[in-house]
Amino acid sequence: MRAYEAWIIEAENKGIKISEVILQNQIEELEQSEQVLIERMSTNLNVMRESVQAGLVGKRRSLSGLVGGDAAKVESYREKGGSLVGEVMSGAISKALAVAEVNACMGKIVAAPTAGSCGVLPAVLLAVEESRQVSERELLMALFTAAGLGMILAERASVSGAEGGCQAEIGSAAAMAAAAAVELAGGSPRQTADAAAIAMKSMLGLVCDPVGGLVEVPCVKRNATGAMIALMAADMALAGVRSAIPVDEVIDTMGEIGKQMSCSLKETAQGGLAVTPTGRRIQADFL
Amino acid sequence: MGKSNVFDLLGPIMVGPSSSHTAGAVRLGIMARKILGDEPVRGTIVLHGSFAKTGKGHGTDLALVAGLLGMNPDDARIPDAPKIAIERGLNFSLKGGDLGDVHPNSVKFDLVAKNGGHVQVIGSSIGGGTILIREINGFQVEIKGDYPTLVILHQDIPGVVAQVTLLLTTAQINIARMLVSREKRGAQALMVLETDQRIEEAVLDLLRKLPRINQALAIEPL
Repeated sequence: MRAYEAWIIEAENKGIKISEVILQNQIEELEQSEQVLIERMSTNLNVMRESVQAGLVGKRRSLSGLVGGDAAKVESYREKGGSLVGEVMSGAISKALAVAEVNACMGKIVAAPTAGSCGVLPAVLLAVEESRQVSERELLMALFTAAGLGMILAERASVSGAEGGCQAEIGSAAAMAAAAAVELAGGSPRQTADAAAIAMKSMLGLVCDPVGGLVEVPCVKRNATGAMIALMAADMALAGVRSAIPVDEVIDTMGEIGKQMSCSLKETAQGGLAVTPTGRRIQADFL
Repeated sequence: MGKSNVFDLLGPIMVGPSSSHTAGAVRLGIMARKILGDEPVRGTIVLHGSFAKTGKGHGTDLALVAGLLGMNPDDARIPDAPKIAIERGLNFSLKGGDLGDVHPNSVKFDLVAKNGGHVQVIGSSIGGGTILIREINGFQVEIKGDYPTLVILHQDIPGVVAQVTLLLTTAQINIARMLVSREKRGAQALMVLETDQRIEEAVLDLLRKLPRINQALAIEPL
C-alpha cells in the first residue's frame, strides 16, 4: 500500500517538490510523457476556472430549486469590503459555492475527488492565485500534489460518501487542497503533509446526510467549509505547526471511522439532516 | 479501492450533480446505444431503486436519454436531452419500476433501432461513474465498458466456443475475460468476451459466418 511518507522522504532526499515526485511516478505508471500529463492536467484546470466563473455570475437554480445564487451573494458582499474573514478566505468561500452550485445545476465541473466535493480544490488554489504571484505551471504542479494525496486517500481509506461519509468526500478534498496550497505558497514537502493531516483531522467523523439524497443540502455549503479548513490548515503548516499524528495514520483513521459509521449516515438519506422535519418535507414536496 | 492514478482523483470532467446518478447514467445510455448498434428511434426506460427515488433531482432521466443520443458525460447539452431527442426522432418514455434483486442504481432499456433491431439491456451505476451492464436480452452478462467487448449469440452445442476462440487466436486478439451463459441445455446461449485488442469489422464478419452463430456484436470501450 502506498504511503505519503515515502513520497516526502523521496522529495527530501532528492531536494525536489512533492509534486515532482508524484509527476515522475505517474509518468512511469501511466506510461505517458510529462508533456501529455501536464496537458491533461491543464484541461482540468481550465474547466475548474470556467466553473468558478460560471458559478459566480450564475443565476441558475438546481432541479429541486433548493440551490443557486448564494455564490453571487457572497461575491457581491465581499466586493463591498466588509467580509469578517478577509479577502482570501471570502474569495475561497464564494468560489467554492460557485463550483458546487454549477454542479448542482447540471453545469460542467471536474470531480475533485468527487462531484459533490468539486468546489474545494479550485476555490483554494484560485484564491491563493489571486493573492500572490504564481505561474500556471506552479498551479498545475499543485494539482499533481493534490491528486497524489488523493490517490493515497482512495487507496488507504475512501473518497466515496457512500463508503466513508462526508469526511471521505469534503474531508479528502480539504486535505488535498491544503497540501496543494502549501506547495503553491512555497512550503516544504513535510509541510504539505502536516497541512493535509491538520485538515483531515478537522473533518473526521463528518457524516453524509444529503436531504432527499440530492447533492445540494448540505453539500454545497460544505464545499465552502472544506475550503476554509484547507486554508486554515495550510497557514498553520506554513507557520511551522506540526501535526502530532502523521498524515498516513490520519488517513487510515478516516477509513476506520468510515467503516464504523452507520449506513444511515452514508449517502442513504436515512439519517442526519435528511430526516429532520424540514428535510423530510423538502423530500416529500419535490420527490 | 485498488491502485489509482492522478486522473481518477481529479476527474472526470462531467456535467453534475452526481458521478453515479448523472455521469454513470450517461455512460449506461451510451452502452445501451452501443449494444443496440444503431440510432435508437424508440426507447422505454425503467428506473429502479435510488435511480427511481432520487433520479429526478440528479437529472438521471436527462442523463440516460443523453447517453442514448450518444452524448458524453461532459456534454453541456445533457440538460436539453429530451428536446434534442425529439429533434433527432427518438421517442422515449421513462417510468419507475422494480427490477428485482439488482444494484440500487439500476436501469432497464427497451430499445428499437432505426434498422428495426431490438434490444433489452439492464445496467447499474456502481459508483464514481463506473457502470456494469448486467443483462442483455435476458442473458446475464458483466460488461464494464473498459475493454473492447464481443457479444455473441449462439447455439449451445460443443465446439462453438472453441471455434470462436480459435478465430480470435488467428486474428491475434487476446481474451482478457470471458463469460458464457445459456437459456437451457442445447438452446440459445450467449458469450461475452472482453479483449485486449480492438475487434475489427473483418474479424466480426468472419465470426458471423461461423456455423451456429446467430449474432455477433463488437462494442467499443467507453
